[in-house]
Amino acid sequence: MGTLLHGVEGYMYPNEVELQWSVLIVLYPYITGLVAGAFILASLERVFKVEAVKPTYRLALLVALAFLLVAPLPLQLHLGHPERSFEMYLTPHRSSAMAMFGFVYLWYLMIVLLMEIWLDYRKNIVEWAETGTGLKRWIYRILTLGSRNVSAAALRVDDRVGYFITLIGVPSAFLLHGYVGFIFGSIKANPWWSTPLMPVVFIFSAMVSGIAAVLLLYMLTSKLRRTPIDMRCVDTIGRYLLYTFVIDFSLEMLDLVHRLYEADESLRALDFMVHTRLFFSQVILQIFIGTLLPIALLGLTQIVKLSEGARKAIYVAAGSVTMISIFAMRWNVVIGGQLFSKSFLGYTSYKMAFATREGLLPAIILVLLPFLILYVLVKLLPPWPKREAAV
Amino acid sequence: MEMTRREMLVKSGKFILLTSAAAAAWDYVLAGKAEAAPNYDMTKHWWAMVIDPEKCIGCGNCVRACETENDVPEGYFRTWIERYHVDDWDMEHPQVDSPNGGHDGFPEKYHDGGKTFFVPKMCNHCADSPCTQVCPVGATFITPDGVVLIDPKYCLGCRYCIQACPYGCRFFNPKTNTADKCTLCYHRITQGLTTACCEACPTQARVLADLKNPKDPIHAFLRTHSVQVLKPQMATHAKVFYKNLDGSVR
Repeated sequence: MGTLLHGVEGYMYPNEVELQWSVLIVLYPYITGLVAGAFILASLERVFKVEAVKPTYRLALLVALAFLLVAPLPLQLHLGHPERSFEMYLTPHRSSAMAMFGFVYLWYLMIVLLMEIWLDYRKNIVEWAETGTGLKRWIYRILTLGSRNVSAAALRVDDRVGYFITLIGVPSAFLLHGYVGFIFGSIKANPWWSTPLMPVVFIFSAMVSGIAAVLLLYMLTSKLRRTPIDMRCVDTIGRYLLYTFVIDFSLEMLDLVHRLYEADESLRALDFMVHTRLFFSQVILQIFIGTLLPIALLGLTQIVKLSEGARKAIYVAAGSVTMISIFAMRWNVVIGGQLFSKSFLGYTSYKMAFATREGLLPAIILVLLPFLILYVLVKLLPPWPKREAAV
Repeated sequence: MEMTRREMLVKSGKFILLTSAAAAAWDYVLAGKAEAAPNYDMTKHWWAMVIDPEKCIGCGNCVRACETENDVPEGYFRTWIERYHVDDWDMEHPQVDSPNGGHDGFPEKYHDGGKTFFVPKMCNHCADSPCTQVCPVGATFITPDGVVLIDPKYCLGCRYCIQACPYGCRFFNPKTNTADKCTLCYHRITQGLTTACCEACPTQARVLADLKNPKDPIHAFLRTHSVQVLKPQMATHAKVFYKNLDGSVR
């Protein structure tokens, strides 16, 4: 060992030197995680009757939609033959976890998210179709889907159906993201991935990232709209962020302790990787800065009585490092799982290009794209009462 | 011209039928003819390979023959050779190298102490292959005669199969933008020939075997020798059998 050649240390099987899954595949679980997390936050209000988070309900749904629309793009960009991706719908291979992607995605987009948003906005859409002018009027007219009945009885039906959809939406969100975890967790060839905890860890980290994203976006949009932040709302969201983060961290630590204690044939190789190539992204970024720091900050708000300003600052800081932490977690799973040889005798490096098909530039564009979509969605379907919508 | 509803239905029915017939005909023309293997019955074979590391001299003939026969892109390998060097007291930590997959042979490296030997590697054509299990469209599959193949006209290039292979046998072919691997020279063995690597091996360190052929010497060989497959803990039912494989090989 010890010879450094083209970023390879020790022995890699010759076909392993090149990484197969790039930063785009890091983005994919990151984005679907935000979708699932934002949706679960929205469902808190609807299903679990947590009234305090109501101001974020519609925003959370729109965030989920904006990110869900972008979710398949990194995959498409990554495929060697994107033009054949439709074959997954036509001839899905039943034993493949990945073949489920298209169906889970369509189910979640068409049945859960679009239906719930439409039912929730239907009354407003009909209103806007009547009061709007020009192009907007036509857009809203199309969005009514021909249903203009907003009688009390009809709205009651909307509400019941919406509630039911949220009810099936929660397990669907678990499915959407748990299945992404399963894609990794079920690969027995790769000890870094292969653990039944993977889908569960993915679900909880998804909730953490989605809650943090909605918290930040709610505070940001309130600031932009010059409306006061509902402290009861952000305090509640901050508390839920803390709870889910503690569960998420405990699960990851359980995984770590289990690996260390069991100490199977892969431990030496994985341990070396965590202490070298993944040290910054895993130990520093994900665990210390990205997890322990926000847990400590959020914990502080529960123990000490802090002023509104201090709490707001803590939520912004904790939310921001959380977003970085969960990205680092996805990175460490996807990239980390490819840095060591399946012979456990060596390590390779990931060289990320910039303006290539799978480089940093398309990754940055794909991260920004949901915000652009969200901007359009918020303009089209303002998630807050109309009189406040005018900035 | 006025058209009744009935006429319209008949016309559109004809249109749909005829266009699909034309499409089917065009597909038939495009598909061409399957390569003829008139005397080959795939239900009568179950292919495997026997490798004897003690016979391998690390000359790289097999790697070069495979590259030529199958148009393998430079830097990728359908078969490769590893050199193991194991100190007698440290079987857990062998030193392994495979310069350019062993394509150009091995420069002298170890002069004293320990043992040094070569291990040819290739797709294990597993009967329970994790790679075919994960393919989202079934573009990679096991043939009835036990060979794991990829349909390059169907593969999406998602690379999930490459991740799922425990042996590092698959790669992403930059020419076809699809997954690629050893085909056990399917185009040759169905014609009654052996694989390019076996044919090129000067010491018969690798021999093609047909487990369904009662006259194949493999049966006697498996009965009378100690054999091992790579990573048996993966439970893939690998069909590349190694004679007297050293415990340090992974």
